[in-house]
Amino acid sequence: MENMFHMQTLLIIAAGAVATYLTRVGGYVFITRMKRIPPRAEAALNAVPAAVLTTLVAPAAITGGWDVSITMAVAFIVGLRLKLLPMLAVGWVVVMLLRHVITG
Amino acid sequence: MTPDTKEEIRDAFRRGIAVAIAASPFAVLFGAVSIDNGLTVAEATLMSATLYAGASQLVGVELFNHHVAPWLVVLSIFAVNFRHVLYSAAIAPHIRHLTFWQKATSLFLLTDPQFAETERRADAGIRVSYLWLMVLGFSVYVPWLCLTVVGGLLGNLIGDPKAIGIDVLLPVYFMGLVMGFRSRANWLPVVLASGVGSVLAMHFVGSPWHVSLGALAGVAVAALLPLDKEDEAPAGTVAEGEA
Repeated sequence: MENMFHMQTLLIIAAGAVATYLTRVGGYVFITRMKRIPPRAEAALNAVPAAVLTTLVAPAAITGGWDVSITMAVAFIVGLRLKLLPMLAVGWVVVMLLRHVITG
Repeated sequence: MTPDTKEEIRDAFRRGIAVAIAASPFAVLFGAVSIDNGLTVAEATLMSATLYAGASQLVGVELFNHHVAPWLVVLSIFAVNFRHVLYSAAIAPHIRHLTFWQKATSLFLLTDPQFAETERRADAGIRVSYLWLMVLGFSVYVPWLCLTVVGGLLGNLIGDPKAIGIDVLLPVYFMGLVMGFRSRANWLPVVLASGVGSVLAMHFVGSPWHVSLGALAGVAVAALLPLDKEDEAPAGTVAEGEA
């Protein structure tokens, strides 16, 4: 029977949890002590989510193989019109078709 | 219990359950992907219970698999969750009347939908109470934990993730999140900079550095691009007015 917890994983989770909690209280603590955020800092902060998440998408779409590239392209088009869940569903159907029906 | 209190609980619960249903595939996905990346069901559940932030949990778990340095995993989690800083700053006026511990506990449950619902309630002119925040939060939190366990147990049954196509779900999910931000200022230049930056960094430096280097490229572009006139003008006026 495998261990339920590993020491290193536990430490990473604990540190990740503390870091996450700090982001949740940080803005409140900061804003109630400060009059305003410098506009350039705000612009940079505003870009953080899209910037970080893009780095998890672009390399996979480009170097993940033709089936992944086609799936991502189709999902992108779907995503222009539909929400996240239908996008996931279409992406899953496309990759399953490519892998099991088209290539046999 | 007064009728008002009952109404508050009912409203918060109804909204919370709607969010929980929408988020349920991601909880299951997180559970399954965690197992696929070498975590145990107990570890995945602990992560859901203590981080309680879907996107960062998926990012963290994805990096576990790349044998990334631990500090970088934590930094990535922090980076993905950084938007919460803006959320808690934005809702500050609505929760100021709460006690210290009420703020400390309700902010633990601050997620994208919790933020959106809080803003909506305050916009409607309704006072945001501690009870409402906690009922809303827990009606998302409890299903999130349960569905993580379900996903983890399913993940143990899945042999080859490629054969059933779950390996593409994460990149598609992240792409969906990125597209969700497309109304933000400078979205396209930021995404292009991060995208090109991460692919180049992957090629020349290697994984996992493509995450931080690519993100840095996007953030730097956002900081350096000309600011919206709308943002700039009032800021300057206020500063002068106060001085």
